[in-house]
Amino acid sequence: MEQGDVGWWGLAASLILVAITIAISAWRRLGLERDVLLATGRALVQLLAVGYVLVVIIDPDQPVAYAWAWLVFMVVFAAWTVSRRAPEVPGVLPLALASLGASTAITAAVIFGLGIFPAEARAIVPVGGMMVGNAMTSTVLAGRRVVAEFSEKRHDVEARLALGQPWTEASRPGLRSALRAAMTQQIETTKAVGLVFLPGAMTGLILAGVDPVDAVRVQAAIMFLILGAVAINVVVIGTGVTRRLFTPDHRLVRIARTAG
Amino acid sequence: MLFEFDDVVVRFGDDVALDHVTAAVPDGGSVTCLLGASGSGKSTLLRLCNRLEVPTSGQVRFRGQPLDELDPLALRRTVGMVFQRPTPFPGTVRDNFLVAVPDATEAQMRDMLDRVRLPEAFLDREADSLSGGEQQRGSLARTLITGPEVLLMDEPTSALDPAATKALEELGRELAEAGMPVLWVTHDLQQADRIADRRIVLVRGRVADDHQRGHYLASEDADHEHDRQQQDEQEGTGRGAG
Repeated sequence: MEQGDVGWWGLAASLILVAITIAISAWRRLGLERDVLLATGRALVQLLAVGYVLVVIIDPDQPVAYAWAWLVFMVVFAAWTVSRRAPEVPGVLPLALASLGASTAITAAVIFGLGIFPAEARAIVPVGGMMVGNAMTSTVLAGRRVVAEFSEKRHDVEARLALGQPWTEASRPGLRSALRAAMTQQIETTKAVGLVFLPGAMTGLILAGVDPVDAVRVQAAIMFLILGAVAINVVVIGTGVTRRLFTPDHRLVRIARTAG
Repeated sequence: MLFEFDDVVVRFGDDVALDHVTAAVPDGGSVTCLLGASGSGKSTLLRLCNRLEVPTSGQVRFRGQPLDELDPLALRRTVGMVFQRPTPFPGTVRDNFLVAVPDATEAQMRDMLDRVRLPEAFLDREADSLSGGEQQRGSLARTLITGPEVLLMDEPTSALDPAATKALEELGRELAEAGMPVLWVTHDLQQADRIADRRIVLVRGRVADDHQRGHYLASEDADHEHDRQQQDEQEGTGRGAG
């Protein structure tokens, strides 16, 4: 691990780059100096706190249940973050909990059930974190996209309802287009991986001195898991939000203007 | 009676769209115009008829039956609707008919185009490549193929030029004369003069009494109306049109 170690001195030195950011903000009068300082401080405190918690959780002497509990905590925290980032989505918190819970449960079952990664705390926590993190972003995207879609295409949907179509049918083209938009982003990321950027897990492994080809295998497996997690997640949240936008008597509810 | 509105209130949040409306529309082939300025509640009144809206309180009846006791999907096949803006679905005109009636025959589709005076060759045209007037007649044909007994028209000519407006008005009159009740929402007094057998005038969510009605009919200011419409459009969402 020596090559990958950043000592306290190294960490302090990296703050030079934060200083440069602040200098740029002051020079171009962006007024972001305070934000940069706050963000830096918050990131440091959060990461250090998590680091010390992880020391306990990842300790092989501790029961693996701690790691699973950590994963559940991440799902709940992610759902709460989604509800803050997409407040215009009706019933967002329970839906985000359901979709993140479903995607995490299914992908975790595949990864750890088939032994792609060992069901040990040192795998569960980081791999779970990456799945939940990516799924969280896609949840926000899919939820907002569905609301925007039915807000923009209200005329189209109501024309279909007025022809006597049930909401499940009238909503199908809009839902399809929202799901496609939300999934395309992850597919594009998957395509560009390795060529444009080296993702986090691989970067970390290479820094830690692991053979790049071994690192690639780990990263490829993770990318495919993320793709699967995103797909499951987008479908659950998309369908759930759509359900909330229609009444049992097949009317499209009024969507808050902020959604447009 | 075709439709009866019994002390109907419709509220959207803090906005009162319809404020204790009691009115009736008789059955039979005729054109009933729902007249009023933007925001008067005329479109909301129309949308109650095929249950795209429901009353906050009060009751709407269709041929004597309370709407909330009817299957909304069956109701919407009986009570067809054409919207303010043309709503072509993706694909050809034929695809549009098939969305409405998946097992529609070629003969039925040609017959419908004929009824709205569009050439049969239009079946293979992309629906969104047609002109505004053609799209709107296409929307009417797509509604008619579901075999409705009643037709709701929600300011169907507000996006059309005078020639296309005239063509659609003639089609509305024809359908009425062939026995179909037509409810036609408009803010245009001249249009109502051209097509209406009877009018319901709405002012700020209420059915106008004789005094207000005279006032509305006399003083409706075209520029003022135009400004309000623009304002509604900027606000977005389907609430506009009133």
